[in-house]
Amino acid sequence: MTASIIVEGLEVVFDRFRALKGVSLEVREGESYGLVGESGSGKSTLLRAITGLAPVASGTVTVNGKTLGKTRDKAFYRDVQMVFQDPYGSLHPRQTVDRLLQEPLAVHGIADGERRIERALDEVGLGKGFRFRYAHQLSGGQRQRVAIARALILEPSLLLLDEPTSALDASVQAEVLNLLEEVRRRRKLTFLMVSHDLAIITHMCERLMVMQNGEAVETLSASQLIGHRVSEDYTRNLLRASEGFVRV
Amino acid sequence: MSDMLLEVDDLRVTFPTRTGLVQAVRGVSFSLGRERLGIVGESGSGKSQTGRAIMGLTPPQAEVSAKKLAFDGIDLLSVSPRQRRSLRGNRIAMILQDPKYSLDPVMTIGRQIVETLRTHEKVSKAEARERALAMLQAVQIRDPARVFDLYPHEVSGGMGQRAMIAMMLVTGPELMIADEPTSALDVTVQLDVLKILDKLVAERGMGLIFISHDLRLVSSFCDRVVVMYAGKVVEQIKASELRDAQHPYTRGLLNCMPRIGFERHPLPVLDRKPEWAA
Amino acid sequence: MSAETIQSRRAWLLSDRPASRLQARLGRAYVSWRRFSANRLALVGMLIIIALVVVAAFADVLAPYSATVGDLKNARLLAPSAEHWFGTDDLGRDIYSRIVYGARWTLYVVILVAIIAAPIGLLVGTVAGYAGGWTDTILMRITDIFLAFPKLVLALAFVAALGPGIENAVLAIAITSWPPYARIARAETLTVRNSDYIKAVQLMGASPFRIVLRHIMPLCISSLIIRVTLDMAGIILTAAGLGFLGLGAQPPLPEWGAMIASGRRFILDQWWVAAAPGAAILIVSLGFNLLGDGLRDALDPRSGDQ
Repeated sequence: MTASIIVEGLEVVFDRFRALKGVSLEVREGESYGLVGESGSGKSTLLRAITGLAPVASGTVTVNGKTLGKTRDKAFYRDVQMVFQDPYGSLHPRQTVDRLLQEPLAVHGIADGERRIERALDEVGLGKGFRFRYAHQLSGGQRQRVAIARALILEPSLLLLDEPTSALDASVQAEVLNLLEEVRRRRKLTFLMVSHDLAIITHMCERLMVMQNGEAVETLSASQLIGHRVSEDYTRNLLRASEGFVRV
Repeated sequence: MSDMLLEVDDLRVTFPTRTGLVQAVRGVSFSLGRERLGIVGESGSGKSQTGRAIMGLTPPQAEVSAKKLAFDGIDLLSVSPRQRRSLRGNRIAMILQDPKYSLDPVMTIGRQIVETLRTHEKVSKAEARERALAMLQAVQIRDPARVFDLYPHEVSGGMGQRAMIAMMLVTGPELMIADEPTSALDVTVQLDVLKILDKLVAERGMGLIFISHDLRLVSSFCDRVVVMYAGKVVEQIKASELRDAQHPYTRGLLNCMPRIGFERHPLPVLDRKPEWAA
Repeated sequence: MSAETIQSRRAWLLSDRPASRLQARLGRAYVSWRRFSANRLALVGMLIIIALVVVAAFADVLAPYSATVGDLKNARLLAPSAEHWFGTDDLGRDIYSRIVYGARWTLYVVILVAIIAAPIGLLVGTVAGYAGGWTDTILMRITDIFLAFPKLVLALAFVAALGPGIENAVLAIAITSWPPYARIARAETLTVRNSDYIKAVQLMGASPFRIVLRHIMPLCISSLIIRVTLDMAGIILTAAGLGFLGLGAQPPLPEWGAMIASGRRFILDQWWVAAAPGAAILIVSLGFNLLGDGLRDALDPRSGDQ
């Protein structure tokens, strides 16, 4: 099994604040890997640093065997795409779904746009009826489906998911999680998924890393977590918290 | 019926929009004693508007009607705005989702609590300060004297929410409405806040309405759960009997969330039936 | 057209699931139009501007006399009458005809200024806002320098340097009116540049040029259109001011500002010579202001999406 992405000693500094303090991880090809932590743990920053949206102070990122430099080239973005947390903020308010999906194809000069757009819309369960709608004509779940379609249209091998369902209602969350699992299976994608919710991460991922204050706390497999075989107190706390309120 | 703190019968909230009238709440009825009641629903279910209507915080363009909306025998729809204001904050209190929006950013936390207390009760400054500090202690803020002099932006989300709870509880209300009080908080902090809330409600014998989208959390915290869908109550059930819920919506909501140790691929999804909203 | 077909057309325009790019675009335009036309005053403003355009286009038909050649012998400074609706000026020219032809020059000035100033402002503002850092500092300090002078004074300086004439007046006004547009465009850019939808485009590998041009500019355009429309009145007044000072249109061009200037000498005895072009400027300026207000309601990006 080859590695899809290797992160080594990644540091991110915003105005002297160390948001990420040397984090390393390795995600194998076809694997689904989770990052769990509370606010300020640096989990989203890690995703942003990989894509070049956050400044990397030191450390290296290697995607599909290629170590990335300071800037990301177009080929990188064909391999790696991202789905954002807030479906209300990630779609351009003045563009139709059609235009949103056309854009990546235009940037990369891909010819068979028509076919790809129809396929992407079908794949995320929206169909043709949604093609010419604006973002405000869509519900939260539908918007997130469009965002997933946009990420898939360049046929990447690695999908970064930044809390893709935390802004959605529980029932819609289930639909989107199912959709993500389905496209992963069909397209043999690698996932790197961020969430604050342990239950979602254990549902979606085979392995996970628990993060706190910009550092890795521990790395576990989903089955270890389910069996409560964890070594750090912080992880144990998170586990207890995710079981809901217990009256003493 | 004197043990009933709140009685709601056929509550309706209607909003005028560009395309006509929209009913956000369509005939909600329930009653509350000195207990913990959860109101659960997804976005657009009308759960927050129900809470706001009881509190009297419905936007002015909307219309509230009910066959009965009574707090401790007082008809809330017919009392004067003045009386309503004095009830609010004194005998009925509300906690909102994000303390950032409900605390005054230019006033220290301590002063806000003191002001709240002094608008509702005649107490001396020194006594008010004393009680505010005691309240901050009660919500398990470790160094109340320090937090007393801090501004809301100087404290974390969890601390802010505790300060908010302290401010709301300082007048000793009999009914507390908490609208997603912990949704903006980290999971570990969430439990701390809930613990504090739970203890205070139990100690003071308050009635609590806990509004949330999280059915599982609510059922672990409350005695009774009202499930809302499209502005209506689809089911009222004891939290302990939630597993035997009858309505497919309630069951769907319970099932669709991933749980640690229960592998289900794909997750069951809700098949929304139009008759639920009818 | 029967009521039924109108009804079905409206339903087609307002459809929640448009079937083509065209329908989506028309639907959006229709919603804006409905918001715009709900404002009566805005409609009045639009009618005034349409009238201005029609008058300018058909000046040859509408004007009974020549705009530049008058009857010096028989028709100097005649009061308004059935023959000369707005009277005649000191050179015996029919003022009504001059105003009709003057509409062309007014439109010429307004359109040229808008075409030159708005794109410059848009480009400077969006580039400064998106690039940030040094680029932003340099571009915005240049903008500040322009903003530091009163518009008319700066325009005067430019015309003095370039030489009088209506083309140079247009150029001078354009050079002095882009800085506020740059400010607006920069402010709008700053609010959207950190949004997820711009980040999403960055993650497609789009070049900064493409992001600014295709994703940021369209969001700035509506507030810019509103501002330009509201500025039109000011532009007309500046052009008239330059004409009045003898630095804009040169005689015998029937430019409204220059007409007021030449009528000034007779303002007490032959008031109509200055009053008629003055009224024309007033009405057209009002028209642009009303239109701008209406557009603000119709195009406001914040209220526009719900």
